[in-house]
Amino acid sequence: MKIGVLALQGDFAEHITMLKRLGVEAVEVRLPVHLDGLDGLIIPGGESTTIGKLSVDFGLIEPLRDFGRQQAVWGTCAGAIFLSKDARRSQPLLGLMDITVERNAFGRQVDSFEADLDIPELGEGGAYHAVFIRAPIIESVSNPARILSAVSDGRIVAAQQGKLLATSFHPELTDDDRFHRYFLTLTK
Amino acid sequence: MEQLTGTFAVKKGLAQMLKGGVIMDVVTAEHARIAEDAGACAVMALERVPADIRVQGGVARMSDPDLIESIMAAVSIPVMAKCRIGHFVEAQILEAIGVDYIDESEVLTPADEAHHIYKHDFKVPFVCGCRNLGEALRRIGEGAAMIRTKGEAGTGDVVEAVRHARSVLGEIRRLQNKPDEELMSYAKELGAPFELVKEVKELGRLPVVNFAAGGVATPADAALMMQLGVDGVFVGSGIFKSGDPAKRAAAIVKAVTHYNDPGILAEVSRNLGEAMVGINVSGMDEAERIAGRGW
Repeated sequence: MKIGVLALQGDFAEHITMLKRLGVEAVEVRLPVHLDGLDGLIIPGGESTTIGKLSVDFGLIEPLRDFGRQQAVWGTCAGAIFLSKDARRSQPLLGLMDITVERNAFGRQVDSFEADLDIPELGEGGAYHAVFIRAPIIESVSNPARILSAVSDGRIVAAQQGKLLATSFHPELTDDDRFHRYFLTLTK
Repeated sequence: MEQLTGTFAVKKGLAQMLKGGVIMDVVTAEHARIAEDAGACAVMALERVPADIRVQGGVARMSDPDLIESIMAAVSIPVMAKCRIGHFVEAQILEAIGVDYIDESEVLTPADEAHHIYKHDFKVPFVCGCRNLGEALRRIGEGAAMIRTKGEAGTGDVVEAVRHARSVLGEIRRLQNKPDEELMSYAKELGAPFELVKEVKELGRLPVVNFAAGGVATPADAALMMQLGVDGVFVGSGIFKSGDPAKRAAAIVKAVTHYNDPGILAEVSRNLGEAMVGINVSGMDEAERIAGRGW
């Protein structure tokens, strides 16, 4: 199995480290040709405006859309914004998932936080400790997308639509590899 | 459900989100929008870029909160701001405004010639400059969640940025070859906390994100720093002191992403107009250099 990590900007190296720890071949994706032969793709955390602009500049928007129509794609934070249909402002989006996101919904950096989440799909191992950095929320989810997890006030922070995953938080910043393993089950 | 804010993981985490990106100095909301449109991953809000601080002289202080807030309102990307070395009240003010990162910066006139800010006391994360591994680890020990090599700000001469990056990365390589029994005396030699020295040996890198700064003026300069092994690049005067800031900013962003692809680097280096007028660091008096500020 070979998983690509979009490496235009952001914490792609952290995702690659996690994938390698799970014994998966992981490669950096910077140009359309790098998508060939991949079984799945992760779009990392970073700045969604930067990732969007560089995707436009290097002709990645359509190839990424085509890839996401067939293969598993997971976006963390900026990646989740990039996968969404609507981010409530004008910026390049893939529009692959039927979710609306609100950027920096919890506030600025001083409001960034860690919290335990309940994510039944991850199976055993108890609460999932999640790291939120200037995080977006998934404001609304429409069919066929569904909610995977929410924080205690009900705001949605993880969603799935077939082989597509979006999380407001950063499993790649923790030592808990359950979310990466869950993503890998979608690539089969 | 308990939400923990201001932890070291979230402070360090924001810097991890900036990796592979370019942080640009901006002095107006208009500059900030140009930087964001060009693909900057964050901006540094300040009243004067380092090149102007050099020319105008005087005491360089934290910027007016109104200016910083106007920049925060103008863009969706993180906004950083500078306080003077050791000036923890300027830092308190910047935290109160809600900036995303504080740069305790040698570019401003130091407020304390012996001590830096105790940065663990703050919820907002700090980035600090360094010239070598010892200085980097002292700053991390005080709570810095991100490091940048200092270079020589406001010169457009990349030579000091290269010197400082080679120094930090070279010392890490040397450290990795040392047996454990030599770490304590190496920590003493570096003037660095032993636990951090040990951690760096295990990790093979700094425990926080490390950007380059000070003298980056071209896409090639930015890619050079990336190939040397830093995580991203600060560009201060190099963009808005050049002939075509929007174009140069976008080119430097692309160069940092594709730092290992000479074909793309050649493409983005074309027709950028005038680069900033540089100052040759080797011809400068010691007193004019600001990288020496920091203890």
